[in-house]
Amino acid sequence: MPVPVRDDPMTDYDASSPQVMNAFYRRLFPYRPFFLWLNQDQVPSKLFTHREFAFTLAGDVYLRYNSFHNADEFKKELIRLNPSRFEIGPQYSARPRDRKTLAAGALQPQRRELVFDIDMTDYDEIRTCCTDKKICKRCWGYIAAAVKVLDYALRETFGYKHLLWIYSGRRGIHCWISDQSALDLNDDQRKSLVTFLEVIKGGKEQAKKVNIRGNKDEADLHPVLNVALENLKQEFVRLVLHDQDCFATERGWEALLNILPQDRELIGNLRRDWQKDPTRSSVNKWGDLVSAVAKLQGKNQLLFKKYERAMQDVILQYTYPRIDSEVSKHRNHLLKSPFCIHPGTGRVCVPVNPELVDDFDPDTVPTVGELLNQLDKAAMENGDSQNSQRRTEEYEQTSLKPYVEMFEKHVAAVLRDSRNAKRSVKQESMEF
Amino acid sequence: MFRPSTRHNIPSSSSNPALEVKLNKRNSGINTSNNGGGPSSRYPYRLNFYERPPTLDITLEEFETFAIARLRVLSQIEALSHRSLPFTQLQQSITNYSKQHLLLSSNTARNVNLDEERRKDEISHWVLRLSFCRSPDLRARFIRSELALFKNRFETDDINERSNFLKSLEFDWQIVDESEKSRYEKELRSCMWGNKDDAFKNESWFKVLWYTVPDLVGSRRVFIRAGMAYVPQSLQISLVLQAFASRLEKALELTAKNLPRLDEDDRLGPVIDHLASSFLSGVASSDYQSPDGDSSGALVTAEMVDDVARKHFPPCMRNLYDRLKKDHHLKHFGRLQLGLFLKGIGLPLDEAVVFWRRMFGATMSDDKFNKEYKYNIRHSYGQEGKRTNYPPKSCQQILTQNQPGTQDSHGCPFRHFSPDNLINFLSSTYPSIDKSSNEMRDILDSVKSTHYHVACTRVFEITHGIKKGDGIGENNEPVTHPNKWVDRSRELEKEVIDRIKKNEISDEMMIDA
Repeated sequence: MPVPVRDDPMTDYDASSPQVMNAFYRRLFPYRPFFLWLNQDQVPSKLFTHREFAFTLAGDVYLRYNSFHNADEFKKELIRLNPSRFEIGPQYSARPRDRKTLAAGALQPQRRELVFDIDMTDYDEIRTCCTDKKICKRCWGYIAAAVKVLDYALRETFGYKHLLWIYSGRRGIHCWISDQSALDLNDDQRKSLVTFLEVIKGGKEQAKKVNIRGNKDEADLHPVLNVALENLKQEFVRLVLHDQDCFATERGWEALLNILPQDRELIGNLRRDWQKDPTRSSVNKWGDLVSAVAKLQGKNQLLFKKYERAMQDVILQYTYPRIDSEVSKHRNHLLKSPFCIHPGTGRVCVPVNPELVDDFDPDTVPTVGELLNQLDKAAMENGDSQNSQRRTEEYEQTSLKPYVEMFEKHVAAVLRDSRNAKRSVKQESMEF
Repeated sequence: MFRPSTRHNIPSSSSNPALEVKLNKRNSGINTSNNGGGPSSRYPYRLNFYERPPTLDITLEEFETFAIARLRVLSQIEALSHRSLPFTQLQQSITNYSKQHLLLSSNTARNVNLDEERRKDEISHWVLRLSFCRSPDLRARFIRSELALFKNRFETDDINERSNFLKSLEFDWQIVDESEKSRYEKELRSCMWGNKDDAFKNESWFKVLWYTVPDLVGSRRVFIRAGMAYVPQSLQISLVLQAFASRLEKALELTAKNLPRLDEDDRLGPVIDHLASSFLSGVASSDYQSPDGDSSGALVTAEMVDDVARKHFPPCMRNLYDRLKKDHHLKHFGRLQLGLFLKGIGLPLDEAVVFWRRMFGATMSDDKFNKEYKYNIRHSYGQEGKRTNYPPKSCQQILTQNQPGTQDSHGCPFRHFSPDNLINFLSSTYPSIDKSSNEMRDILDSVKSTHYHVACTRVFEITHGIKKGDGIGENNEPVTHPNKWVDRSRELEKEVIDRIKKNEISDEMMIDA
């Protein structure tokens, strides 16, 4: 309906208001690709019907163990409940909604996408631009570096093809892997994969968090980590030294000195020099360290090697992905769905192209308010012709369009593989 | 697996009421009278993957005694594995123990009835499957112990017999050819620790899907590319064990499904039930139980926690408590570790709620506390959810489960602190341990050799002024449970108080006299 013309047609939509969320679920949420993505088939399969959905409603009401027969039922319920966010669990051995009628222990998680969660909180000790809930383009660099390493390892090392990276709406990123072999992994296998990839370990009181060289701390890096290290060297210079300037403050450089081998002379000299001239940039300080270590070469080969290894570990500690490993280890862990709205920021959880992750700017991700404004505007421009436009999906008139298209492309690839897998199973069974 | 038998082969009451149970008459052609020394066709090898169920007659007595013998071995294995022994010692004691109860000799052995031994081994395994298939937890424990037993036998087996056994299993492992081997030479080499040239030349690799060898992947001992793990011959045992475990797991699940349909009179049921429960009760002793029944005497109130903490808390709990005092917050696993521990020292639920409310301080609203934390406190006391009364965590659990993330403070200080922070923490918490003292060096040495409980016991001895090696119990036990530290610490305090009282009394008597 044409609204009385004003100078400023923008309405201030508030993501925390139920009406706004309702409009989003009714008009914008991409149900079709979403269903196909989880279901991996056109006809509802167990991957969808036995799948757990958990809804967070207003007032912190949390509804677990919901499941749906098909996409339409899911849509209806989503609009009716109007959750502020919802999460996706595994495919269970039975329909989760029936759990009260089942024998105890009969509801077991079976298949689930392999998921990863990287969160900015784990980077708080090494980022200098923001703290706590804030995130900016600069600290996104850490996430971007992490995505590149993880994406490479998952594709090249573990051979997965269908990785979907999803911005979590505020300060993190999720990854969903939909390959058939990934769906079938049990908890032990997931755990071993995570242990393989996990390099940063240890609590607050553990200064050096990279310990990956065996008991004596002198083994070579695993070839896969070696590749990661080579890629991270540039990131380290660009991100940690130039951009974040991590060793600028006394706290910063002490953290660095603490995780190096404690050779009194070398460390003492560096500390003295840096205290004398605290304005030296991180690049220069790292340069000081590199040249101090280079002097050891030939003189004290053992110590030189030790420092060389330690400096590699430093690079890893400051740039290697910090994964929230608990999320990936268990099939029954719930993870927020793609295309949810983050309740705090109002931003949509959109797919991220890992090849362009460096250029991704969290501040440019559409918010639900912007999207609804775009719809209003489109409706005004179209005016009476709106009826003929009914056929197209509404998100196509908004800035959500490229993201949904990216999602659809991913889903099409997943479906193609799943269909081929089914066909070959069928052929095999025909041979008998 | 014992098939659910059909009506007609149930021993009718008119037939021999003696201890003969015919579990399955099918294919019972193998007789056990083969007393010759050599292996029979049924049991050609010492090792067994237990693929075919035994289809022979056994007596009820054998049914039970064989199973109990194996059960002894398995529960011993489980107990040993909790005691963090060095690898060789562990293997040795498993070997010794199974020699006593479940002797199994190789084909080269003389003067033994190989078939009889192997029959016992086989039957006991299948009987225990029946009793251990019923819950996921029992299944997991059964598999773990069986795996340890199999591994022990595999490693002590005759080399020829073992390779014949492996051939008989017909695994379809893909062998990495020379061209691929040279293509990935650098990568394969760096996964071989201590890489000599001829060692590399002589080694051959299998290529398997990575998720069939999760243990090798988790410890980064193999090279992985495009989803395939390159397993050297020397690590072949991992592949075999993995196959053993996964087959056993599948078979147990199948048994669990079919067990309700096991058509039998009521002679086997009680035996099977009893076996599983004796396994559970035998090993449950590693959990902490309050030393005496009258916990009312040892009640701790929220006000008393601070005092008890100063006097009796072990380092891990002191760290959590201090951090809680400082930050007015702990992350989830920290709250769990400290909370269950406090329950163990006698802090009742309502006092616990008061304690946590106070510790969180004024920065947290009542609303938030009630909504987000109270439930968890009540849950850990068994008042919410599935109402399990969780026991306090043992050192074993603290050391191995839920490793602390970057912002966490739980765990074991000896295991999860870097050395410098450990020194600072110990010297500031326990003034009797000086930074540069010999004791501190002792403690750090133990930590370096990963004997965390030894380090912790040493701290106990120093802070309680007792001799090195005295430990925390009558048998000089090391610290294995935070709550045991507290118990012993309180006991020692009581002894001191009693002694003082006694002295006072005798002083008075002296005056009287």
